[in-house]
Amino acid sequence: MAQTLLKIEGINKRFGGLHALSNVGLSINQGEIYGLIGPNGAGKTTLFNVLTGLYMPDEGTFVFDGQNLFRSKPHKVVAAGIARTFQNIRLFGEMSVLENVMVGRHIRSHAGALGAVLRGPGTRAEERAIREKSLELLDYVGISDVADERARNLSYGHQRRLEIARSLATEPKLLALDEPAAGMNPRETEDLKTLMSKVRDGGVTILLIEHDVKLMMGLCDRIAVLDYGKKIAEGVPEEVRKNPKVIEAYLGVAHE
Amino acid sequence: MTMATTTRKKLSWFLLCAVLLAVLPFMVGHVLGNSWVRIVDFTLLYIMLALGLNIVVGFAGLLDMGFIAFYAVGAYTYALLSSPHFGLHLPFYVSIPLGAIFAACFGLMLGTPVLRLKGDYLAIVTLGFGEIIRIFMNNLNAPVNITNGPQGINLIDPIQIGGVSLGESLHVLGLTFPSVYLYYYLFLVLSVLVVIMGMRLQHSRIGRAWVALREDDIAAASMGINIRNIKLLAFALGALSGGVAGGLFASFQGFVSPESFGLMESIMILAMVVLGGMGHIPGVVLGAIVLTIAPEILRDVIGPLQMETFGRMIVDPENARQLLFGLALVVMMLVRPAGMWPSRRRAAEFTDAKRDAAQKG
Amino acid sequence: MDIFVQQILNGLVLGSIYALIALGYTMVYGIMGLINFAHGEVVMFGAMVTISVINGLVGAGVSLPGPVLVVIGLLVAVPACMLLGYTIERIAYRPLRGAPRLAPLITAIGLSIVLQQTAILIWGRNYIPFPPILNHDVLNIFGASITKLQVVIIVMCQVIMIGLLLMVEKTRLGRAMRATSQNPAVAGLMGVNVNNIISATFVLGSGLGAIAGVMVATNYDQAHYYMGYMIGMKAFTAAVLGGIGNLGGAVAGGLLLGIIESLGAGYIGDLTGGFLGSNYQDIFAFMVLILVLIFRPSGLLGEKMADRA
Repeated sequence: MAQTLLKIEGINKRFGGLHALSNVGLSINQGEIYGLIGPNGAGKTTLFNVLTGLYMPDEGTFVFDGQNLFRSKPHKVVAAGIARTFQNIRLFGEMSVLENVMVGRHIRSHAGALGAVLRGPGTRAEERAIREKSLELLDYVGISDVADERARNLSYGHQRRLEIARSLATEPKLLALDEPAAGMNPRETEDLKTLMSKVRDGGVTILLIEHDVKLMMGLCDRIAVLDYGKKIAEGVPEEVRKNPKVIEAYLGVAHE
Repeated sequence: MTMATTTRKKLSWFLLCAVLLAVLPFMVGHVLGNSWVRIVDFTLLYIMLALGLNIVVGFAGLLDMGFIAFYAVGAYTYALLSSPHFGLHLPFYVSIPLGAIFAACFGLMLGTPVLRLKGDYLAIVTLGFGEIIRIFMNNLNAPVNITNGPQGINLIDPIQIGGVSLGESLHVLGLTFPSVYLYYYLFLVLSVLVVIMGMRLQHSRIGRAWVALREDDIAAASMGINIRNIKLLAFALGALSGGVAGGLFASFQGFVSPESFGLMESIMILAMVVLGGMGHIPGVVLGAIVLTIAPEILRDVIGPLQMETFGRMIVDPENARQLLFGLALVVMMLVRPAGMWPSRRRAAEFTDAKRDAAQKG
Repeated sequence: MDIFVQQILNGLVLGSIYALIALGYTMVYGIMGLINFAHGEVVMFGAMVTISVINGLVGAGVSLPGPVLVVIGLLVAVPACMLLGYTIERIAYRPLRGAPRLAPLITAIGLSIVLQQTAILIWGRNYIPFPPILNHDVLNIFGASITKLQVVIIVMCQVIMIGLLLMVEKTRLGRAMRATSQNPAVAGLMGVNVNNIISATFVLGSGLGAIAGVMVATNYDQAHYYMGYMIGMKAFTAAVLGGIGNLGGAVAGGLLLGIIESLGAGYIGDLTGGFLGSNYQDIFAFMVLILVLIFRPSGLLGEKMADRA
């Protein structure tokens, strides 16, 4: 029996006159790869931002892993177990690759200012652990050879992997990826698919926005479709692909 | 070279520096006179101030143009608690920590409303806060006399450590340590502690969080960093350092008045941080040293130089000093915006920014 | 009631001047996204140069009516300040267009200091009295007094501001300015010479600043090398209050701030039971600034910012 990890209902988000999200509801089960598709401007990234605390929804409910995360701040959301990557990769460019991942460990460590200044054995041990875990994660995504490079010097594909490693450092239960395959060639996309399966098999649920519909159909266990801020379909790929509303949203009304 | 020899080399350098620093007041005092030792003491105070502001501006990337206010709070707290003004003569280990805590509270008070502000707006608001504090210091002499207004508070107690007053000369081991030498050693120890504190903060979980905040606050928040808390922490820690330096200043100078805590002073400390090398502790120390010593040298040189060349004073020393300071700010930003001694990371940021702008333009 | 009307009138005079200076800040912010810290000093220069010209003419025995002398003074000061504004942009801002935001702020502060110190070099540290060539006939309105000069100030400000607003709306230059402030890259692609427009904005704002400087000097009967700082701060507050980047906002903000400050100074003793006196007047502007930036950073007429965590 699939266990619900994340459930949202009736989510509304307005920006002045623009009704970006209308009554959106969906539920994601533990261990699945859940896809979010829809035409440009449908509200996918807006929904992402709501789920990760960057936008405050106007109405609705949002429960994650038994916790109420409605209108929670980003760091609370991350602490609860949701991590994300960004559509246009937001790395800490001037920091090294390793340091980027170490920042990801912030939420799971606790040395404060006093600990930093006194630098007792507990703090030093924690720093060592942060470093080791970060190196492990770099290895996990396959970029440990560039650990000391400045993040902005990395190739595009490596930057994407670094972003994923950094998010995994927060020990998420749900990893939300915003168009991770954007700008990738078929080979890189395959590598990405492998990585995502590996992450899912490691016990992390994945929420995925992508434009490559074929990729989504092949990869996702279930898919939701947004159009003009509303959810128009949700289900397994085969059903969604045949749903007339979905076809209309992408291709327009069929001509006679 | 083996590990043993490298460590030995480092150790010898360290010992050499320690010895030089230990005899510095004597060398300066005998060659240039005790007034220059006093200047060295002020330099150490400014190093502490600049390093405090460095936490806010350099580490966390929060532009604060009213930093002198925390210096003022620390100084006035000490002045009120350890002088004839209220008849209290509390010892330094009460007045200075209280001043520091009080300053840290002000830091939180300043930080809380400005959490959403950035860049220019943050600069202006912090400037406003600094000015408000100064105006209050200047006017809180009626109806109840708290700060004694523009006249300030004088006859402040010097620091007494274990029965030894730093306000008087100390004769020990056949050597005479005038008051300015004693304060030098105290300030030196505290400066070193502030440097160590800064370095440890920089290379810690908190330090990384501040860099992340500086680079991309949204990504930082999405990585679980509590933005509000680390911003407030930066303000509080910076204010704390400022407050300690303020208390030391009050005991050293023996006198405080609102004049010492104006906008120019805030700008001066900001200049020390930015021109020295924002976020880079050695650079900030260098900035503090250069911007304290150079004007003093100028002051001694500019009068006579004009008399010799022109036969009269065209520009009074204070005017010239400020003019050159303003020019220095402009020229440095145009020629070497990363500062005199930036960290490699920061220097790289600037070259990258220039390259990006050139490509866009 | 008398105090109330008096303070309102005072506020209108002060506010009109603030508005004129605020326009300079808001135009530059609208086009470049930065605060021109040195603008206050341009205002100061306008006042000082005008006074020097008038003193020079009077000293040379020229006997023209007061207002004519002021106009001649302005004819020298306005172009001088325009040149100053142009130079400031070329030296402090243009070379640093790509740099992190801190750099132009520091150069602006540096220039501000340089200008103040240069003023000391030229005119000394003392308050410079405004030459006694204007009469200060007092008019009586609703029991409060206002000088003819102050009425002229108010009227002139309104005329200038209306002129500016018309220019921005109707002329080619104005269109180019609006386009550049919305999207410089695209404006460039549409054939707008962005660099020239930016220079024009600075020059225009500086010209207005010069006129405002003279108004301040005639209203307070003196000028001083440090006068630019405080009045610059207040005018900037007015620009923010009205909605930075918004011309109408600068005008509204200026008038409103002037009135708030006057009423505040007039009534502060009563409001605080004698604890605070009118020597706290300068705080008003700062408090308004801080409150606006914290609670409604878009100002009265600006756009509301997006609701982000």
